Amino acid sequence: MPDPLYTGPDWDFATLERIHDAIEPIAIDELGLDIYPNQIEVITSEQMLDAYTSTGMPMMYSHWSFGKNFAREEWLYRKGAQSLAYELVINSNPCVSYVMEENTTTMQALVIAHAAFGHNHFFKNNHVFQAWTHADSVLDDLSYAKRFIAAAGVRHGELAVERTLDAAHALMNYGVSKYATTRCSKRERERRLRARQEFDERNYDDLLHRTNPNTGDGSDRETKPKQPVEPLPLPEENLLEFLAEFAPRLEDWQREVLRIVARLSQYFYPQRQTKLMNEGCATFVHYHIMHRMYDRGLIDEGSMLEFLRSHTAVVAQPRFDQRNFSGINPYALGFAMMRDIQRICQRPEAEDREWFPEIAGCGDGMAVLRDAWRDYRDESFVLQFLSPRLIREMHLFAVSDNRRHPFLAVAAIHDEEGYRDIRRQLARSYDLAQREPEIEVIQADLKGNRHLVLRHRVRRGRLLTEETCNRTLRYIAKLWGYRVKLLELDAETGRELRKHEAVPEVTA
Amino acid sequence: MNIIDRRINPKSKSLGNRQRFLRRARGHMRRVVHDAIRDGKVADVGKDGKVSIPTGGDLSEPTFQIDRETGKRFDVLPGNRHYQKGDRIRRPESGSGGRGNEGSADGDGEDPFTFLLRREEFLDLFFEDLELPNLVKKQLKKLDHKASSRAGFRSDGPPNRLNVTQTMRRSMARRIALGRPRQSTLDELVARHQQAIDDDDAKTAAQLEEEIRRLQRRQRQIPYLDDVDLRYDHFVPTPRPTTQAVMFCLMDTSASMTEDLKGLAKRFYILLHLFLQRHYRNVEIVFIRHTYTAAEVDEQTFFHGRDTGGTIVSSALDEMRKVIQRRYPVNDWNIYAAQASDGHNFHHDMPETMRRLQQEILPLCQYYAYIEVGDDLFQSDSVLWEAYQPLAAKEARFEIAKVAEASDIYSVFRSLFERNGTVSS
Repeated sequence: MPDPLYTGPDWDFATLERIHDAIEPIAIDELGLDIYPNQIEVITSEQMLDAYTSTGMPMMYSHWSFGKNFAREEWLYRKGAQSLAYELVINSNPCVSYVMEENTTTMQALVIAHAAFGHNHFFKNNHVFQAWTHADSVLDDLSYAKRFIAAAGVRHGELAVERTLDAAHALMNYGVSKYATTRCSKRERERRLRARQEFDERNYDDLLHRTNPNTGDGSDRETKPKQPVEPLPLPEENLLEFLAEFAPRLEDWQREVLRIVARLSQYFYPQRQTKLMNEGCATFVHYHIMHRMYDRGLIDEGSMLEFLRSHTAVVAQPRFDQRNFSGINPYALGFAMMRDIQRICQRPEAEDREWFPEIAGCGDGMAVLRDAWRDYRDESFVLQFLSPRLIREMHLFAVSDNRRHPFLAVAAIHDEEGYRDIRRQLARSYDLAQREPEIEVIQADLKGNRHLVLRHRVRRGRLLTEETCNRTLRYIAKLWGYRVKLLELDAETGRELRKHEAVPEVTA
Repeated sequence: MNIIDRRINPKSKSLGNRQRFLRRARGHMRRVVHDAIRDGKVADVGKDGKVSIPTGGDLSEPTFQIDRETGKRFDVLPGNRHYQKGDRIRRPESGSGGRGNEGSADGDGEDPFTFLLRREEFLDLFFEDLELPNLVKKQLKKLDHKASSRAGFRSDGPPNRLNVTQTMRRSMARRIALGRPRQSTLDELVARHQQAIDDDDAKTAAQLEEEIRRLQRRQRQIPYLDDVDLRYDHFVPTPRPTTQAVMFCLMDTSASMTEDLKGLAKRFYILLHLFLQRHYRNVEIVFIRHTYTAAEVDEQTFFHGRDTGGTIVSSALDEMRKVIQRRYPVNDWNIYAAQASDGHNFHHDMPETMRRLQQEILPLCQYYAYIEVGDDLFQSDSVLWEAYQPLAAKEARFEIAKVAEASDIYSVFRSLFERNGTVSS
């Protein structure tokens, strides 16, 4: 048996390197992971707090809402109500993992296995990430956004920029063109590149513009929106992009702010769809790696116990009636499903052969898992792989809540009759279209009264919260510049259930 | 694989966002500050403390949300123990069902937002738009007074600055170098010369006399002290910024001043103290209480001691003058005074009080505030108020105000120290 890689909780950079180098062959050769090059960055707790209160990005433009998050998290952290995340990982190439300096050596090993290998593999291979994000340019995009927002603040006033960002953030979840065949055409990328070059040139030429009155400064003029092709491409679900493109009264820099937020929205879109799988994958990977390191004598028993303790805390799933219940823990369900798939492949039971004929007993659990990590997102993953056995183990049950009735009704429990129902309902709860209201632009009059009409496809009678809806609508009206209507239409019958309206506030 | 140490990156990257947030929350924060004063927790003012503000309005981040009170939904939950299909469950109260409550429809009922406000931030809000009276003016006049400090020696100067040690050291070095005969050597030769005369040794005597004459000549040529030996102490004036202030708390402690009234005064003193602390590195407090006589006392006695007797305000002013003379030279100290009283004074003392105030105290003070505490029992103006009023109109550094309730203190304080011209909302 070799000597352990480390003893005790204190680590230095050489230790981190040894740990990484010991993990790498396990991850690559045994688990068959395919990863971006790793970059591990050590940060302080304050930096960690800072990073994850500004959307988890290492660099982010300034906005008061991040300050609000920070103030809140700091308060919770200081009074001990909440501990900090152990790590933060950026979907970029190279893959950047932030680890906190306070972590013990064992925690660093866990974090490296979890983030630098688990999440890293998922980012690089999952098709949703492949389709929606560019790992190569993420950091450049962020740095451009930060510079642009800062420069706009200087040029047009911090408050004006803040107001535009406020409005754009309200539409953060509506910056993705879900059904576009290619999410970013070549033409679009060229346009972006041009916009960026112009921005840089403008900055360099600033002196010229200021000192020579005859040059004029085109950038500050209210610019005409692009003359639209008729008919407009409607309905349009990417509200941010639509407003950036067609809102009649925005200035150029405001359009760019909207596009920046839209790109951010797009960056987060895969994460919102794969939380369960992503965490499940990373947790599975760290669990396997830590055990294998222990088997090989690379970590000692004390460290192993410490690892098990925090692993157990991470994958704990409180029952629905326990005080600390806050929904299904993605780490718990994700990890359990990954382990379950491995079991089905290696030691299937009769039930598994019936439910999963393609994979049951195939022997190579890792290959199946890697395929799943590549091809699925949470909704389809649950629909495909949640096994009756796991439903029984977790005692899952489905409750239907119809506001017309004074009672909730148990719709399905973990029995023959209920498995498929539970699986379908659970999968559906991971579908973004179910969790977030579906809002589209259905009408925009660019020549006449310039009214904008939005539609909320109401499913199963679930309407919007009146108050937040009106506030969000006011933001849209501010961007659009004219009256905005939102119709809540029943998705099946098309009947109008409710109607909201907002007009832009008159500002002096 | 790379490992990078980011800990050395600049700290407090979040500060900009925090300031933006506080700017946004300003309206709420002001109310919090005001409440902190009104609720009488003045002793806690100025510590880091938690703050709760409503998150509605400007601080909300609205987005489209599905109203959980409408329509039909399914939840899949873990941990079923005894439910069977078709069972009915009483709808849990909002919030206890596990998933937390979402914004309520009436809009104002959002959860208050709690966070930690730092002392500095609190005080910034607290003293927003306030300014030390006369501070600017004094700074323009270079409030810094100059003190001489030693800066080595120089070769000329007034006789009283002559540095004997340095001068003698140089003199001695020169005398040794040039070989000036010592007086003792000369004395010895004179003695031997005398001896030789006494012994009738004419030859030796002549030799010695010659030698003595030579040495005497040399002594005359090489002076004991030469101009080049002289060294004088050198002083240069160096500006010393005056960053200390003393705050005089004057209070009438006669029987008519109840504990309540003293409490009012105390709050004002605490505000003034906090305020001065922001502007001066070192702030000292002197408590002077008076009845018909005045004495400097400690804080405990000042606020809680019991005294009886009449009221003679001029005694306190006199005591203050003495303390200033003894311990707080005007060059080194910025002097502030706050006098609290219920307005009583013996009539016969008024001329003396006004004279001392105008001629002795005000010229020394940066600012002198008079706070009249009382419960408005007497509609007519008090003795002190009547006399002080014309003076306040005339003297910029003298201000008077009336306080009836604890909730008034802050606004009175603000109005006394408000920046000229800019009235904050």
